[in-house]
Amino acid sequence: MKILVCISHVPDTTSKINFVDDDTKFDVQGVQFVINPNDEFGLTRAMWLKEKQDASIDVINVGNQTSEPTLRKALAIGADRAIRINAEPIDGFFVAKQIAEFIKENPYDLIIAGRESIDYNGAMVPGLIAGFLNIDYVTNCTKLDIENGKATLDREIDGGKETLSGSLPIIIGGQKGLVEESDLRIPNMRGIMQARQKPLDTIEPFDFSPNTSTIKFHKPEPKQAVKLVDSDNLDELINLLHNEAKVL
Amino acid sequence: MAVLTYIESSNGKIKKSGFELASYACELAKQTNSSAIAITINCPDTSEIANYGIDKVLKVNSDSLNEFNAKLYSDVISQASTNFDCDRIVLSSSSDSKYLAPLLAAKIDASYLNNVISLPSNLNPFTVRRTAFTNKAFSDTSSSSKNIIIGLSNNSFGLVENSVSLSEEDFQVNLENSNLAVESTEKASGTISIADADIVVSAGRGMKGPENWNLIEDLANTLGAATACSKPVSDMGWRPHSEHVGQTGKPVATNLYIAIGISGAIQHLAGINSSKIKVVINNDPEAPFFKAADYGVVGDAFEVVPKLNEKLKEFNLQNS
Ligand SMILES: Cc1cc2nc3c(=O)[nH]c(=O)nc-3n(C[C@H](O)[C@H](O)[C@H](O)COP(=O)(O)OP(=O)(O)OC[C@H]3O[C@@H](n4cnc5c(N)ncnc54)[C@H](O)[C@@H]3O)c2cc1C
Repeated sequence: MKILVCISHVPDTTSKINFVDDDTKFDVQGVQFVINPNDEFGLTRAMWLKEKQDASIDVINVGNQTSEPTLRKALAIGADRAIRINAEPIDGFFVAKQIAEFIKENPYDLIIAGRESIDYNGAMVPGLIAGFLNIDYVTNCTKLDIENGKATLDREIDGGKETLSGSLPIIIGGQKGLVEESDLRIPNMRGIMQARQKPLDTIEPFDFSPNTSTIKFHKPEPKQAVKLVDSDNLDELINLLHNEAKVL
Repeated sequence: MAVLTYIESSNGKIKKSGFELASYACELAKQTNSSAIAITINCPDTSEIANYGIDKVLKVNSDSLNEFNAKLYSDVISQASTNFDCDRIVLSSSSDSKYLAPLLAAKIDASYLNNVISLPSNLNPFTVRRTAFTNKAFSDTSSSSKNIIIGLSNNSFGLVENSVSLSEEDFQVNLENSNLAVESTEKASGTISIADADIVVSAGRGMKGPENWNLIEDLANTLGAATACSKPVSDMGWRPHSEHVGQTGKPVATNLYIAIGISGAIQHLAGINSSKIKVVINNDPEAPFFKAADYGVVGDAFEVVPKLNEKLKEFNLQNS
């Protein structure tokens, strides 16, 4: 089984969010980048499939050279080969087009992406790839088992979950649940050494343009100070919620 | 050119988020000098939508659509958008709509803008404000595509009441087969889901253990609220994973979010920040949540929550 895991290179969850160039670009100064958490759950699930069912794992990222350490980390965790499509990931459409074109030339049985990236929160890359290539797609995926070319998957729905069955090839948008946090792997020395020998191929982008652009970023207005209510005066809290905030 | 909005239903009735979508679609149509059309799938009673300005609804009825299937549902919406020449499509931020949106975008060659919180500030190029960086920032994003799909963030726009008379039209669709089959669905019955709730009562490690959640559930019952929890609470198995909210859990964009015994870590706040009003109950006045909240009570949850519950019951009686 050939697995492709799409890796987004995103600022760590505790990063300070600032913008530069007249508020049109994210300020990367001093920011630590990581594998998008939703993608890392998927990568770890892929490792289990590899270890139990003899799969090969390629990882792919659309990005410039700065995402190479993130791809190396994916190799150190256990992926076999990394591919970087050498272009700025301007929007989800552009990224999905690039990856879809790559898959057209290099078919996979299972394609794993995250349900969304935690930076731009586009929530569209796996769905667009599925749409462009007409491959079955399940997102918010919290469970994935594959046996004899058949897939069984859980999808988180509002207020519960749904169990689906399908066949390969399939694309998923993964999240926590595919594996748990305690299952995530911290690369060990051997993994890191091996990763240096593994192929990290750079390919030039296919000829597509983004279909959106960011005009400007804004940060939320500084919040007004909290209004404290004494715990012996909860009527006042209800009064404020009813008459001032108008949410009761 | 027209605006099309897909209005979701459950148990044969329009979901509440549909009224906000209808309001947004009608205002967008006004702004673009076009008209707004709604589409529903297997929803017998669509009348309420006319209270929010929609005067035309396409009704799709098919047994093959009884279960949600993102591919088939996106086919339905794509056929309607082509037939009625719709270049703007407004979708909710439910997990089903977010699932079908990119499939639809690929099919009709549209730009997909999600987490949208405003009407366009500019029509040429079409520019809307969306949340980004998990609610830590906003992005004014534009698209020049002919077709644009707008994923509206829950409770970000509000309702615009405007009663009109509604014409209903049955809409026939051509459906392909899907390889994906739903084997089973588990849904907590009788409880309100976080995505649909106006009020969410959320609790954290400060509640000490799962045996104390009756306090949280009682308060939620009184308020007609959904219950949620912080990540460690679901990690420890005190509460089901479906209640975990935050950056790595479910996003919450509700009118009122009440956080009880939750410290307010950045990853928690990121996921709930787009809620309108935030109330914190915590015995530590230094808890970071107080910086993010609108109202706060410094106190022991085990005393404050039952007291608040009793007061709210009185309030409900007086206001019913
Ligand atoms: C990559 C990553 C992703 C994460 N994603 C999420 C996420 O999606 N959602 C999430 O919630 N967390 C997430 N976290 C975890 C987050 O950093 C915090 O650890 C977590 O939110 C803390 O949960 P808590 O507030 O319930 O517990 P604590 O931080 O332990 O806070 C408990 C609070 O309860 C108060 N308390 C104690 N006793 C009482 C009492 N009797 N009455 C009133 N108050 C009391 C305390 O003062 C304290 O403020 C993530 C972390 C990482 C690293």
